[in-house]
Amino acid sequence: MSASDTQSGGDGVRADFTGDNVVEVRDLRKLFPLTRGIVFKKTVAHVKAVDGVSFDLKRGETLGIVGESGCGKSTLGRLLMGLERATSGSIKLLGEEITTLSPGGLRRARRNIQMVLQDPYSSLDPRMTVGDIVGEPFDIHSDVVPKKGRRKAVQDLLDVVGLNPDHINRYPHQFSGGQRQRIGIARALALKPEVIVCDEPVSALDVSVQAQVVNLFERLQNEFALSYVFIAHDLSVVRHIADRVGVMYLGKVAELGNEDEIYEHPTHPYTQALLSAVPVPDPLLRGHRDQIVLEGDVPSPANPPSGCRFRTRCWKAEEICAHEEPLLIDRPGSTHPSACHFAAERDVIHAID
Amino acid sequence: MTESTDFAMEPDPRTEPPESPEQQKREINRSLWADGWRELRSKPQFWLSVVWVLIVSSMAVFPSLWTSGDPLDNCLLEQGSEGPSAAHPFGFTYQGCDMWGSVVYGTSKSLAVALLATVMTTGFGMLIGVLAGFYPGMVDTVLSRFTDIFFGLPFLLGAVVFLAIVPERNVLTIAMVIALLGWTTIARIMRGSVLTTKNRDFVEAARGLGATNGRIIRRHILPNSMAPIIVLTTINLGVYVGLEATLTFLGVGFQRPNTTWGLLIAEGQPYAMQGDAHLLLIPCAFLVVTVLAFILLGDMLRDALDPRGR
Amino acid sequence: MTDAVIESKKNPDKGALSRVHFDQTAPLLEVEDLKVEFHTRYGIAEAVNGVSFTLQEGETLGILGESGCGKSVTAQAIMGILDTPPAQVAGGSIRFRGVDLLTMDERTRRHVRQNKIAIIFQDALSSLNPVFTVGWQLGEIYRKHTGATRAQAKAKAIELLELVGIPSAKQRVNSFPHQFSGGQRQRVMIAMALALEPDVIIADEPTTALDVTVQAQVMRLLGDLQKSMQMGLILITHDMGVMADVADHLCVMYAGHAVEQASVYQLYERPAHPYTKGLLESIPRVDLKGQELVAIKGLPPVLTNPPPGCAFHPRCRFARDRCKEEHPPLYDVPGGRRSACYYWEEVLES
Repeated sequence: MSASDTQSGGDGVRADFTGDNVVEVRDLRKLFPLTRGIVFKKTVAHVKAVDGVSFDLKRGETLGIVGESGCGKSTLGRLLMGLERATSGSIKLLGEEITTLSPGGLRRARRNIQMVLQDPYSSLDPRMTVGDIVGEPFDIHSDVVPKKGRRKAVQDLLDVVGLNPDHINRYPHQFSGGQRQRIGIARALALKPEVIVCDEPVSALDVSVQAQVVNLFERLQNEFALSYVFIAHDLSVVRHIADRVGVMYLGKVAELGNEDEIYEHPTHPYTQALLSAVPVPDPLLRGHRDQIVLEGDVPSPANPPSGCRFRTRCWKAEEICAHEEPLLIDRPGSTHPSACHFAAERDVIHAID
Repeated sequence: MTESTDFAMEPDPRTEPPESPEQQKREINRSLWADGWRELRSKPQFWLSVVWVLIVSSMAVFPSLWTSGDPLDNCLLEQGSEGPSAAHPFGFTYQGCDMWGSVVYGTSKSLAVALLATVMTTGFGMLIGVLAGFYPGMVDTVLSRFTDIFFGLPFLLGAVVFLAIVPERNVLTIAMVIALLGWTTIARIMRGSVLTTKNRDFVEAARGLGATNGRIIRRHILPNSMAPIIVLTTINLGVYVGLEATLTFLGVGFQRPNTTWGLLIAEGQPYAMQGDAHLLLIPCAFLVVTVLAFILLGDMLRDALDPRGR
Repeated sequence: MTDAVIESKKNPDKGALSRVHFDQTAPLLEVEDLKVEFHTRYGIAEAVNGVSFTLQEGETLGILGESGCGKSVTAQAIMGILDTPPAQVAGGSIRFRGVDLLTMDERTRRHVRQNKIAIIFQDALSSLNPVFTVGWQLGEIYRKHTGATRAQAKAKAIELLELVGIPSAKQRVNSFPHQFSGGQRQRVMIAMALALEPDVIIADEPTTALDVTVQAQVMRLLGDLQKSMQMGLILITHDMGVMADVADHLCVMYAGHAVEQASVYQLYERPAHPYTKGLLESIPRVDLKGQELVAIKGLPPVLTNPPPGCAFHPRCRFARDRCKEEHPPLYDVPGGRRSACYYWEEVLES
């Protein structure tokens, strides 16, 4: 084991790493084979869940990944966590390539990237106490905190996320959904990771509790210098918490920019359609917003359209869209990359009169 | 999506008034096992079953507590088939042995077979089930087809055939035959249970933390998939007691000079119709009550271990 | 036998409704002081605790609240599909065109249930029967209530599918529920609800499980259909964005109580109840940047053991001693509104 392994937390690798980008993803692909046959399986097609995604996550920032169901954002999250093996492409965590790591190396790398899952009711083992759950990272990575100090470390974590440390011996079913989510967050913080991947962390919570948890995420980010990959379908929440946003459609990134660029100056038709569909809690905007109605259904990720994947539902589609896939590059008249041959700004969230 | 409508949700621990030490102690043990236990112990049928099982077990282990001396020592053919009387409330067997004593002494072999068979069934079945459920692909396919082969063997026919060719019919061999033909049910159920548990979020979370497969199986999969196995194992105990009796009755189980309930039933059956009903009824009654006790226990365990609603 | 007798022999239910006298001048739906209890092993939960509201023709009433507030239970009570036990209607009245549904016999109630008031649920996949085609399911409802032939029922099914915007309806009428996408299934559910041209549709979280673009389509469809068929719509949701787009009046529920009632414009601009105000301040908006989310502290109450007095007071920043004593009644607020808060004036001002 190298010297960096014996230091506490991810501090070993973290201390070595001086770059700006804590995560660098290049051309990431994950294809799921569709098979036929019972005993001898034959691959007949592939679900292109993630099909060529590239982005960077800067230290201390929150990158929001938005998209609708089937766009691949959850698969992307799991690839970052190493829960799925990439079919091709590269993921660099703190400068280290993790797609080719051995299981042992992956375990070590996990000290730097942790995950918070969506469902507070199934993400905690119902037969373990809260203390065991939050302390499990210390059991797995036994050199992070010595045995004697573990109970205190767990109690500190519970306190940090706003739970009563005395409840360390309680079981998950004794807590509400919002509290369980906090337990999950405490577990993710235990190893002091650099990056936390949040997969729809507030979608399953009541509205009045969502704000509590979102605020908690922000507070923790400031306190512990965390970087977030925040995956969600709720564009309103993402706007609030994210610094930069990537919009995904059918396994590819359609548009990538900072929060202002994406929300105030969206250039990709899909982003515009998506934003126009997000309801705003203000009845005065009724009938005054630009309503883009998409026709047709989302194509199957096993058989995406040629060229631009969005062309079958896009009102701007032309010949070129079927032949040439638009790359995620800077487009004329815009400061951020967009994967559309005809990228042009359009305001869809404010009233237009 | 949003939380299910759960009117019985626990109060907010943070806004509750500070607890007394007794309250804290009660709270600490509110695991799902503890909840199950609390539900169980409130039921009278549970205690009845437990008491019977204890009685029968002590008869098996300490027969001398229940009756004086091995009944086979005191068998007099002249007493044969005599009905219940003041001195011998259960009468005599066909050979003239004390019925009560015979039943008591018969307990140990009957229970031993059941216990041994259950241990083997559950042990082997769990092993195969966990491996097949946890490791997809070839491992699962091979193990599942292996299970299917055994599953396809008709139980009684297979048992009769195997026991006919076995060199000696004792507790071990009879138990082994039962286990050989019975492990598949446990394996299948375990596999299903493991498959369900494997896909639950907290297993993925453990993987995300860097847990090894061994740890995941030990700490997460097993505790969460054991419930149906516990239930089935308990029920199997009862079923196998009955199975031993069946096999013995058919002539492929124990033989004299052993004493088992099956033998008593087998011997008593031809004469029961002729008026000596006690020859059949007494051992049958013990058998039925014992089987029932185990099955009831298993049923109640199933209800008690049903995980609380989300 | 006369035609009428043949009709009623084929459809014994059909006669039932004709015997009830509906008052066409009365509001479509008038719920008054509805109380529903749940008997759980921890005690009695007052899931709905004295809720009243009115729905007029062509109007959309939104019932806003989070899980456990009693909104779904209210809908089920109106439809008469409560799970009794453990649920039980403990008081109040539900008047459809002047006739109290709670005092009706089950047969008549059942007839009202499909013909006059229909419901759409959140999860279309589990509400549709997977082993029958969509056309069959649509057709059956129609057939059973009108005595139409199979062919007529199929034609009606196609018509309904077209009405809700399912493309190639003639072919898709023979498809099974799992062969539709989530949004389409929801449309099929709407078609089922519309089959008998009801006067009221209750939509219980109809878009919660849907993607946002699909959600927009489904809500637009509901709105169009409501206008063209002059129906009353009760929309139940926790999503304040969807509510703002669609509702005319709102009833905000918390812990089984109706805590605020107002028009949609009044409510969003100046809420009169701390809970509503708290909600509005805590939701992020896609059209605003750099907001501060002010979270409502604490947790929703346990209905078997609610806090004394006002159910919201432990989480309320306007709470005072009076709030712990007795649950506030619904005060009249100028503008035709109501608020169940002693200090509603303060809330309006702040």
